[in-house]
Order: sequence, then structure tokens, then C-alpha cells
Amino acid sequence: MAQDHREQRNGAERLPLRVNGDDVEVEAAPMSVLADVLRDELGLTGTKLGCRAGDCGSCTVLVDGVAITSCLMPVAQAAGRDVTTIEGLETDGELHPVQQAFSDHNASQCGYCIPGFIVAAAETVANGEVLDREQVVQSLSGNLCRCTGYESIVDAIVDACGHGTDREVAS
Amino acid sequence: MTTTTCGPSSTAATGSAPAVTGSAPAVTGSAPVAPPGTRERTQRRVRDGLGTSADRPDGTPKVTGAFAFSSDLHDQRMLWGRTLRSPHAHARIVSIDTSAAAAMPGVVAVLLAEDVPGKATFGLEHTDQPVLARDVVRYEGEAVAIVAAEHPETALRAIRAIEVTYEPLPLLTDPAEAATTDPIHPDGNVFRTLPLRHGDVDATGDVVVEGTYEVGMQDQAFLGPESALALPSDDGGVELFISTQWLHVDRDQVAACLALPADQVHLTLGGVGGAFGAREDVSLQVHVCLLALATGRPVKMLYSRAESFLGHVHRHPARMRYRHHARRDGTLVKVEAEILLDGGAYASSSTAVLANAVCFAAGPYRVEAARIDGQVVRTNNPPCGAMRGFGVVQVCFAHEAQMDRLAAALDMDPVELRLHNALKPGDAIITGQRLTGTAPVREVIEAAMAHPLPPDPREDEPAIALPGGAGLTARREDVRRGTGIAVSIKNLMYSEGFDDYSTARVRLETSPDGEPFATVHSACAEVGQGFVTLAQQITRTALGIERVVLHAADTGVGSAGSTSASRQTWMSGGAVQLACDTVHHGLLERARGVLGVPDEPLVLEPGRVVDPATGAEVAIAQLLRAGPLEATEEHHHAPTSTLDADGQGDAHVSFAFAAHRATVDVDPDLGLVRVLQIATGQDVGRALNPRAVIGQIEGGIAQGVGLAVMEEILVEDGLVRNPSFTDYLIPTALDMPSVAATLIEQPEPGAPFGAKGVGEPPTISSTPAVVAAIRDATGKALTRVPVRAQDIAFGEAGAIPPTAGSTSAG
Repeated sequence: MAQDHREQRNGAERLPLRVNGDDVEVEAAPMSVLADVLRDELGLTGTKLGCRAGDCGSCTVLVDGVAITSCLMPVAQAAGRDVTTIEGLETDGELHPVQQAFSDHNASQCGYCIPGFIVAAAETVANGEVLDREQVVQSLSGNLCRCTGYESIVDAIVDACGHGTDREVAS
Repeated sequence: MTTTTCGPSSTAATGSAPAVTGSAPAVTGSAPVAPPGTRERTQRRVRDGLGTSADRPDGTPKVTGAFAFSSDLHDQRMLWGRTLRSPHAHARIVSIDTSAAAAMPGVVAVLLAEDVPGKATFGLEHTDQPVLARDVVRYEGEAVAIVAAEHPETALRAIRAIEVTYEPLPLLTDPAEAATTDPIHPDGNVFRTLPLRHGDVDATGDVVVEGTYEVGMQDQAFLGPESALALPSDDGGVELFISTQWLHVDRDQVAACLALPADQVHLTLGGVGGAFGAREDVSLQVHVCLLALATGRPVKMLYSRAESFLGHVHRHPARMRYRHHARRDGTLVKVEAEILLDGGAYASSSTAVLANAVCFAAGPYRVEAARIDGQVVRTNNPPCGAMRGFGVVQVCFAHEAQMDRLAAALDMDPVELRLHNALKPGDAIITGQRLTGTAPVREVIEAAMAHPLPPDPREDEPAIALPGGAGLTARREDVRRGTGIAVSIKNLMYSEGFDDYSTARVRLETSPDGEPFATVHSACAEVGQGFVTLAQQITRTALGIERVVLHAADTGVGSAGSTSASRQTWMSGGAVQLACDTVHHGLLERARGVLGVPDEPLVLEPGRVVDPATGAEVAIAQLLRAGPLEATEEHHHAPTSTLDADGQGDAHVSFAFAAHRATVDVDPDLGLVRVLQIATGQDVGRALNPRAVIGQIEGGIAQGVGLAVMEEILVEDGLVRNPSFTDYLIPTALDMPSVAATLIEQPEPGAPFGAKGVGEPPTISSTPAVVAAIRDATGKALTRVPVRAQDIAFGEAGAIPPTAGSTSAG
């Protein structure tokens, strides 16, 4: 008969994490990747897995304010550090400026890649970088999108960086 | 940066409301898109109705991370499913030993072919693919066994513990040998042979150009890998939450394989992380339901990226031989083509893909005669099926290269040659079908060409902007610029006599706060394209209310058909419109009673019904005090016919056209390409949500650029060599050209709101336009996509010389 799946895990340990400002303790093998722990143990499914190889950027989260691909980081490496996921960007129910810009520019189609883009751009904005369009494009080269052709995403981030967008779409 | 122009074109916008679809009940006072230029009318339009760039209803959850994709679904009691796949492209299964896997702690079920209770095979058009392989595997990645375990890692260890003994069989990997090789499947090696003969097939032209072209295997490469959650239901059936393009056809296949009646299999759409054709076929649907029923517990399955590459169909690789005949003035006389598509191991939608390739083999041009021979065959390569553009992408690459060769042979401008032969309304395509709708081929070409070219390179441009980008290998002085154009025709909806339909249910009622709201229930799969937005816009405009709620897409309502073939705006948009019309009719009936005017023509305005004769009015909310109004309607498009033995017939519903002009920078020695700009004109009928249309155009162009210069599944002896985003490259933001788009708006007769589907055309002619631009920059022949660095650096030069005066048409 089946056993509780926790018994299946070799070497699971209790690890302290600070996620979106909350101190939590998770039970996980130290080498399990942060993305799995966030999604499966903490229910923070806004962080997406698209490749598990660091290619697509869908799993991007901030660790101590630095954007990383959480599919590659062992959870033990995040222990004791400040992890921010897409769910942690809103404050008091208000969208983060990058989230608001993505919403305003209708930058989501299927939306699977969007949390990764937003978290990556949030790092840029938090650093106070005011990037022009070319710099924004370069800053996004670690994230893949298959739906949009990136144009609306770039528009949103340029906007969130404090630039207006020169794009005209009739409506 | 995208610049967009959008508005009625010269021949469009007569000011009359677009024709309502033929099967619509006659309803007075319905307000579809307000006619342009009638300001008073516009002012009365409901907010975020048709024609506006309304926001997506799922826009906020998609930016907060709250939107639940099927991969995010979870159940406390759930098991994790996993699939054991064949490592061989063709082998006999000698034995399977599951004992070690089954004995592993945490493993709950291990299932093989003999555990499939119902039909052993599935398939979209021909059920020729085993749910689980029994005696033989025919492609790398074919499913052999499935397991369910308490933890995903346990499931992974379990499939590795299953011992399968294979005896490799001879490989059939060359599609050219398929028809003459021993069958690798009881149904034979030829899925379909389709000849087309049009006009005087012995006619010859003054100038003849020939070419042989190849298209590699492209992957849809959606970002959200296949995933599902299946739950056993109390009645012995199963509940499946799934990312798919077509809930009902999945349900029917699952029910058949599980030996369950269809009403015991209930599917609900989980959030879909992109589709592009790859979710039209069954992948894990039957497997995950089998495991849920076998274990009596919820089961989740989630493919890895590598498994996703093996677990869904791809774009058909193509080999095409073409010969174009023209008169000295450039008039096309005849197009000859032999088209061979590699369907891979199982049929999927291969037969329909071939029909598209054959019907549109000559492109959007008037041509007096055609002799086309198409065939799609079975091999031990990965199965191929639907991908955005569906058979037209392949032939468009070839016919557009041919048009450029012909222009060179005639010493004629390539744009001029295309304009000279451009289809126009009333012309026939090579199937003999006349274009009874709009056909703004000239307009899309002129619109694409009218956009300014990108600026000349700047001296201070960062090195990353050069071809090769981050490699920083190209030198500015070596870079050459080129420009090319390509034009396409694509059928909308399904063809060849298929009775395609969509169903929608609309319910209008008041909320507890007294405000009227409508609920739309459609099984249309939202895969990112924006049908959810459109359904709200249609309902707002049709019923004069702002609040529209979308019921989850599920099999609790009739089929909406597939989200494919650029068909959902037309088909499901039309179904929502019909259901709204019926509800609207009911509202007016009630209003006549309340106002005491049984015979007056009343008008629905935002929030109220008005008697224009007296000015008397009644609020919609008041009319709903008598109870909700609900209607369920089916929308069928105009019937089509099959193709006869000569490939002739009115097989298609409607056609959409697009032109793309590409500008590229190339380092000819290193073979590096940077696509700078795509300028496009696209025939959209009416832009019901301009921003969403632009999103489709930009996204489609990205995929077309990908096929042109980087995307190919490399298959060697039937084995996929690059099943990862490390090795299968799709365009990044840095690879994306700027897009300058003009929407040509000529309302299509018979289309709901006059709108044509817009999803596929951007992907089709963008690819040949990019390659034409690279040829322009390099002088290389480039007869194959994707164009590889070595094709540019070492490839054959130039256009093949025309065989002027040739009389052999062979």
C-alpha cells in the first residue's frame, strides 16, 4: 500500500526560508530546486516551470533582490535569504508598477511566461535603472515568450521604467 | 517599436453594417459594430464593446500569478503520473517486465497496453496511434507504459525500473521511400495522395523557372508543457482538467479508449500555456484518466520540456519541386509542383495539412493552369500534425521563392510581378473555387511596401545590434543589408465538406445589487488568443450591458470546435452573437409588453430598451425582474464541398491574405543574420479588438522569423537531437524585428461582424520574406528553411537560370 510521499524523500530536511516577507519552514531535500519547493510545498504556483534548464526564464524569482532562475537553484542555497515571487510584488492589494504596466499594455496572451518577465523587470525597476528601449530588449534576453513577439512586453517595461511608449495602436 | 495603422481601406467601409451570418435568425435592432462615421451611434455604444481594444478579462490574474494553468492544479490526494517512452524510432517490443517498478514503495499503478479497457488507438482523423504501444514502437518517444506514484520523483524512478526488451527494426526515415517500402503500420505508409489538375495542364509559358525547396521540422514550442489533472468521479467516470485546443474531441477520444459513455467523461479547460496547433491532438489525456480510474485517486501529469518535444506533433517537413510558367509580360500561365510531406509515425491531421498544401500551392495569384501532386506519408520520424499555418507555410516558402526567380528571369520587379498576378474578388484559385468574398491582395502588398524602411545603420550602434548579436562576431563593414517580400493566402475554418460548428449559451439576469449581467458559456479553448475578451465585447455590444461573466470552458455545453484554423472569432464569435440575438429578441418582447407597444420596432441601447417613436424607455434590469433570459445556439458556417479527383471544388469557406516585407542585415562570411524589420499589410475583415489583432500579428511574425533563421527539430535516424530550449532556439526579444503593420479592413460577407481570423497569416509569409531578404543581401539560392549559417557562408549562389522557351512541362 502506498505510503506518505514524505517518506519517499531521501534526506529531506527542514529548511528555513523567507518568502515574500514571511518566515516559513519547508521540508525538502536540500538539493531539490527552489521552484519546486515554492510551487509544490508553499503553493506559490505563480512561478512557472517551462524548461527546468535555465533557458526560458519562466521561473524567475528574486533572491536578495537579484533575479535568478529558480529551476536551477537548490533550495538550500536560498535558505535564510529573502525570496520574492510574483505573488510578493503587490503591496496592500495594489499592483506593482511593472504588473500595472503589463496589464495596461495587454502584454499577456497565454500568460505563462509573464510572471518571469515581470519579476525580472521588477529587479530592473527596483535598481532605479531607467532603460531605453534597446536596453530593455537586452535586459530581457533571458526570458522566452512564444505568443507576443515581445513587443507589448517591451512596451510595458519601457513604460514601467518611466519612459512613455512611442507605440501607436488605434482603438 | 511597432507602428500600426488601422482603419477602413479604400474599397472597404461602405458605411453599411456588416452582413450577419447566413444562419442567424432575423432579429431587428441588433447593434453589431457601429458603422464607421456615424458619430451619434458611436456615442451610444456600450463601453469596451466591439471594435475597441478592450482589456483581457484574465489580464490581471495573469500579471499577479493567480491565473491557474493546468500545471498549477493540485489535489491533496493526488498521485503523479509519468510515461515510459520508446528510445527507439522503430522496434519490436519483445518483453516488458514491470515487477521491479510495481514493487517500489510509493508506486501505485503501472499500466501497459493490455490495461486499456476500450479502444486501443486514438487519432484526430484516423485512429491509428496506440494509447500504449503493444508489439511495436514506430517513433522515438512513443508511449509504452504509464505509472502513478506518490511523488513525481518516485514516478520517474519507477519508469526507469521498467525493463523493456526491444528488437530494433529497419528504419523508414526518408519520406521519399515510404510509398515503396514495406508498410510500417497495418494502415500502410501513405496517408494521402492528392492530385490537382486545373485548366490546360499542358500549357507552357515563354519563361519557365524551376526550383526544389525544403522546409525543416518546426516545433510549436509553447512555454507551458503538457499537463493535466484527472479525478475519478462518483459515477465511475472521470473529470479532467486539461490544456487543450478542443475539449470535445478530446472527450470523445478519452471516452472511447476508456470504454465510458461520453457523458461520464467531463472535461474542463485548465489554463493553457500556449498551443499553436500542438494541443489539438491527444497527448496525455487518455493516460492520465486511465491512471485516475485504475488508482481511484486524482492523478496529475506534467511533461518535462524534453518530453514535450517528443510528446506532441510538429510541423510537417516538406520537399517541394516547383516549375512556374509565365508569359513575357509576367502573367502566370501554369504552376507545377510535387509536394511531399513527412507525416511521421501516425496520421494526426496529415490528410488535411496536405489538402492545404495542394490547394494553396500557387499562392495568392491568378494562374490559368496548375498541375500539383501532393503526398503525405508515414515514416519512423516524429509524428507531425497541426501548427499555425497548417500546410500553407511550407508551400508559401516555395511559391514565393519561385515568384522571385520568375521576377529575376523576367527582369521584372518582384513586387510588380506579384501585383500583376494578384488575385482579386471574382477570380478563381487553382481548385476552381471563385473568391466570392473580399480579396485585398493588392492592398496588403501595397500596405506592406508603403511602410518606411528601417533607418540606415548608425556608426555608434552597439555591437549587439549586429548580426550574431551577443556573439559580437560580425564587423559593421562586412554587413550587407537586404529586403524581400512575400505574400500568402490562407483558408479560414475547416475545409472539404466538414460541417463545422460552434455552440454558445448566453444567460442574462440581474445580480443581487440589481445590475444586469450576462454569462457566456462556450467550450472554446482560450489559448492566449483573446477569445475571452472577444466574447465579452460581442455580448456587451449585442445586449447593451457592461458586465459579462465567462463560464469556465467545459464539456457541459456543446462543442465549440477547435481553437485552430483561425476559426474561433468567426465560429465561436458567431455562436455568441447568435445566442445574444436570441436573448436580445426576448428582451424586446418583454419590453413591448411593458411599454404596451406590441408592434413597435424597439431599439436596445446601453442599459435600456427605447421606443424611438415615443421616446418611452424601460431599463434592462426591470425587464429581467420576470426572470433570466437564456439561449443556446449553434453556429455553422456556409457548407463546403469535397475536392474531386482533380482536386477541384469549393472546398473552403473563406480566405485571408497577408504580405510581409522583411529587411535584414547579414554577415555573408559568418552566415549571421539579424532581421531588422517586418512591414506587413494584413487582410483582417474587421479588427474587432485592434490591440489583440496586433498581438497576433507580432507573435505570428516571431514564429515566422524563427522558422526562417533558427528553428528546426533535428532528426537523425529517427531520433530527436535537440529536445530542449538550449538546442532548439526560438526568437528572444533580441531576435525580434520591429513590426510595422497595416490592417486592411474590408468586411467579409458572411462573417460575423465582417471579421476574418488573423492568427495564421502572420506566420506564413513572414518566413519567405525573411529568406528573400537574405537572398537579396547575399546572392545565395537558399532553398531550405531554416537558413543555417553554413547555407549563407558556403551555399550555392544565385537563382537557378531560367530555362527560357522550355516546352517540356513534365
